[in-house]
This record gives sequence, C-alpha cells and structure tokens, in this order.
Amino acid sequence: MKKKFSGSGLKAWLYLLPAVLFLGVFMVYPLIDVFVYSFEEGYNSASQTYFGTGVYNYSYVLHDPYFLQAVKNTFLLVIITVPLSTGIALLISAGLSSVKPLRNLFQTVYFLPYVTNTLAVGLVFMILFKKTAYSDGFINLILSWFGASPVDFIDGPYWAKMFVLCFYTIWVVMPFKILILTSALSSVNRQYYNAARVDGTSRFRIFMRITLPMISPMIFYLIITGFIGAFKAYSDVVALFGTNLNAAEMNTIVGYVYDMLYGDSGGYPSYASAAAILLFAIVLTITCINLLISRKKVHY
Amino acid sequence: MEVTLQHLTKKFPNRDRKKREDVTAVNDFSFEIPDGKLIGLLGPSGCGKSTTLNLISGLMKPTSGKIFFGKDDVTDLPPENRGIGLVFQNYALYPHLTVKQNILFPLQNLKGKDKLSKSEMLERAVQSAKLVQIDELMERRPGELSGGQQQRVAIARALVKMPKVLLLDEPLSNLDARLRLQTREEIRRIQKETKITTIFVTHDQEEAMSISDMIVVMKEGVVQQIGKPQEVYDNPANLFVARFLGTPPINVFEGQIRDGRLLIGKDVVLNTKNLSDRKVLTGIRPEGFLLEDNGPLCCEAGGVEVMGRDISIVSRNEASLNPAIRSIIGADSKIDPSKTEVRFSLVPRKVFLFDHETEERILF
Repeated sequence: MKKKFSGSGLKAWLYLLPAVLFLGVFMVYPLIDVFVYSFEEGYNSASQTYFGTGVYNYSYVLHDPYFLQAVKNTFLLVIITVPLSTGIALLISAGLSSVKPLRNLFQTVYFLPYVTNTLAVGLVFMILFKKTAYSDGFINLILSWFGASPVDFIDGPYWAKMFVLCFYTIWVVMPFKILILTSALSSVNRQYYNAARVDGTSRFRIFMRITLPMISPMIFYLIITGFIGAFKAYSDVVALFGTNLNAAEMNTIVGYVYDMLYGDSGGYPSYASAAAILLFAIVLTITCINLLISRKKVHY
Repeated sequence: MEVTLQHLTKKFPNRDRKKREDVTAVNDFSFEIPDGKLIGLLGPSGCGKSTTLNLISGLMKPTSGKIFFGKDDVTDLPPENRGIGLVFQNYALYPHLTVKQNILFPLQNLKGKDKLSKSEMLERAVQSAKLVQIDELMERRPGELSGGQQQRVAIARALVKMPKVLLLDEPLSNLDARLRLQTREEIRRIQKETKITTIFVTHDQEEAMSISDMIVVMKEGVVQQIGKPQEVYDNPANLFVARFLGTPPINVFEGQIRDGRLLIGKDVVLNTKNLSDRKVLTGIRPEGFLLEDNGPLCCEAGGVEVMGRDISIVSRNEASLNPAIRSIIGADSKIDPSKTEVRFSLVPRKVFLFDHETEERILF
C-alpha cells in the first residue's frame, strides 16, 4: 500500500514537471536572485562583481528622498483609490442590477475603459487636464464656468497631480470591478429578496444585511487584488506624467525600481533589488492583514 | 382571519411572442377560506397553485379579481402590509445569519408603534423557536442544520411576527419520505396550536389529504373541486379529481349503460336504474372490488402484490384504460394462484360514472 502511494507520488511529480520547471526558472530563481542582489553592495551586472555584502542597499534606498516620495505617492494612491473605486463600483453595479431598460447598453459603456489601451486613455486624460499654449484643458474650461481659476493638473501643484492620478486609476480599474460585482449581485438567489420583502425589510436594510454579506467574498477579492494592483502602479503614471517621474514628484515604488535599473540615473541593480524586496514586503504584509480581516467578515 | 378570493385571475404574457394570447395561470378562482383552518392547494405541477399562493402573499398582482383578509381588501397592498408569514419551498433562510438572527430578522423590521425592545424581540423569537422545537439550535447557521430543521426555522421565522395568515409553498417537497411524514404532523400541530389560517401548496395528494381541513384541487388554473378531503375522495366532481386522489389510483374502464344496467365489456356489473343508454367512463376505487367466485366482473389474473396489511390483486381487462387493474382486498383472503381469471363484485359507492365527453360525474 505504502509503495503504491509513493509510486503514484512520483507520477504526480512527473506530470507537474513542466509547470515546476517553468515556475522555477522564471519565478523562483529570479526571486531568489533579486533577494541575493539586494544584499550585495554595488553589484555590476556586466562584470558580475560586487564590493561586499550587507544591508547598505536597504539603508541607501530608505534614505533616498526619491524613494520616500515614491512610497508616499504609492500609499496615497492605494489608500484613496482602492476604497473609492470599490465603493463606487458597488453603487454602480447595484444601480445596474436594479434598472431594466438599457441595462446591456450601460454595461457595455461601463466596460469600455477595460478594453481601451492605457496609453490611449492617458492621451484622453491629457486632453482633459493638460494645460498647453493654446488651451487650459477641458476640465479647466468647466472650472472657469464656475468662476474658479485654472489649475495646471499635469505640471502644477502636487495635490492637483495626485488628483488626476487617482481619478485616472479609479476610472481604469472600475470596469473590472463592476463586471465582477454585477455578476455577483445577479447570482444572489431572488428568493432571499422575496423573503425579505414579505417581512417588510427596507431596501437599505436588504442591501446592508442580505446583499452585502452574500457578495462579501467577491468584495474582498476585489479589495485584495485592488491593493496589489495599486501598489504595482507604474504604466498609468507614465501615461500621465511622462518618464521623468522623479522630477514630477509623481514616482511610484515600481517606477523607482525601473529608474534604478534603466532610467537616466540608472544602472544600480542592487538598489533596485532592495526597493523591489521592500515593495514585496509591504504587499505581503497588507495582503496578510486583508486576509485576516476577511476571515472574520466574510461568511463563506 | 378569513381569506376571501373573488374571481381571482392571473395571466402571464406568452413567452412565445408569435402567439399573442396570454397564458392564464389562475382562472376565475373564488373561494372563502374559513378562519383558523388548514387548506391544501392541490394539483399537478403547472396547475396554478403556486401562483395562487403568490397572489395571496402579494408577491404577484392579480390580473383581475379581489382578495380580502377578513373585511379588508388587500388586493393592492404590498406583501409587507398584509400580515402574512410565508415559508418558501427551499426555505430561503439567510445563510450568513444564525438561526436566532434569522428568526429575529422580521421583528427588527418593525417600525413606529410596532417597534419592540430587544428583550421583547428575543422573547418572541425564543417562543417561536420553542413552538417548532428548535430552541436548542439558536446559535447555529442554516448550513449546519438538516433539511427538517431548516424547515422548522423557516416556519419559526414566518410565525414570529404573528401573521394573520400563514402560507407554505411545497413545505415538504425537499424532505425525505420519513421526515415528510413527521413534518406534516408537525405542521398540523403548529397550526392547531396557533389557530392561524394556513394555506399550503402541494402536488402530493396524500400529504394534502392527511392534514388539511379542506382541499382545493386545481387543474390548468381552474379549480376542479373544493371540500373536505374525505368528501372529495368519496365524491369526486369529475374524472380528473377522481384520478388525482388516492393511491393506488382509481381504475378507469370504458363502460356502457344499457337498459338501466352498467356494462363493462360484456359483463353486467351494476344496476343504474334511472340512467338512459349511453357510453360512460367508469371509475372504480381499488377498495371497491370484492373477490367473489361468481362475481359479475371477470378479469384476467395478473399477479398478487403483498403489502402487509392488504394485498393488491393485479389483473387485466380489455375495457380498462389503465394498463393494469389494481384492487385491494384484506390480507386474509384466499387466492388460488392457479386460476387464470379473477371475478369481482363491486361496491356501488366506490363506483363513479363519468360522461364520456366532458368527463363530468354522472350520479346514479
């Protein structure tokens, strides 16, 4: 019996071999490599040499004002966009599932941003927000109707740039969340609503006490993936503010890693590795906290 | 609380858009349900019994007709203002709430002068749970309960706001056979204790007959017969009702009335003095056969099914519309297995005649 078991174990590993091989070569090995680099001072990928080992890379990165700026930007982005986008998506999908006429049209409209290229969307946002020699941008035009003075959203004050970035991020991640939530909402058995109706439950209470708990697994899934996605933000920032992010004060952690590797001031794989490991640690911590909370709040 | 239905009709738009006419689920249903009775709505699936229940609950609006609870016209009232308790076919217990929270849920909705304090709510919930004997399970979730226990929780939740009318949609269909027997007694007991007018829907005639004060037999949206279970069984209004009630089902034969006598095949089986000559359908209940050596009805012997208390003789006759005739006789009757034919005499009050075309009952 025991022999048979170990034999089938061997077979199982044989079947798993392709996946294990690819994951090992392209994921586990680089991960370990990055971890090793992050402790090697002044590693040079061309000559494969380094001066010594230690935590100097981490200390450098943590004292680098650009990195601290990137951490601040990333955290602001995460804290603002994840709850807002999830909340708004929830409202929109609740609305969508309660309207009958034109529902398919609305669903398509809300899903459009998902299939649109990031850079194309960035261009549209430029037109909306960017101040040029010829115009102040569409948003400023609207602002001026209300008597407000124009703001330079792309090259102006920090809060304005942050606003555009958050607005953009929320707008981009919304379609996927709406898609998930509308399908979650429609999968709730109608009989629960009928039972609640017979008992005279108000619409608000039905939503809070029945709908929300029923779709809570999906909401937490969206929050966790939302956190991870927002921590990894980079291409959106580039689409809005160009590649010189440090100068624009709009860098993100991933942007910092990229700059350290390939940017104008780049060529420091050790610093990049240390920053990447720090990001990994942050995401891991936040995800663990999320899972701990969800275990208490999610019912299935 | 009496419930009065007046010419209740519900039509649904036809799914098939080419056919313009609507589908009539309930057609001109009038009935006065007396206070404190247990009523069974009975019929095959698609006969409109669930729709009728939904109309009474207010989850659906009737196309025409009126519904009264006592003297009040509730036709246009939404379900929450009707004072009903509804138990759904698959219970619709909120899976994320405990049994206690489920039972408390309707009470927490009360507003204004009906609002209860926390301790009053809890008291009512416990009282209701005790009535259905689930007060030990208050902290469990529905997923941790058996089907029968879930059913009880659903009833407790429906009863906790002290409804004037209790509606049960196929309450036993999700239970296994033994639990079904037990739960239907339970429903009867709860109904008797609370004296709430209760209407339940079922397609199982045995279930309806065993616990109802009155049954309503429906077919294709039209009420066929209303009455006490035994009366309906003994006096079916038409062939459909006669066939729908009773296990084993009634045996139906092609028959003829000639010179004031009923013929099945060539056998003269009964005297029907005041009927004119015509073709009829003859229904004979399984217990309407008496085994007799010189009995008038002659059938080809097919076998014997022993059921403990009774035995059922399976036989065949050319005039029979059922492939096999089943007749129930006492277990101590002697049957000679070598015989190729069995002869019966008939119990007149177990024999029903129906018009050959309309299938309506002909009294004799």
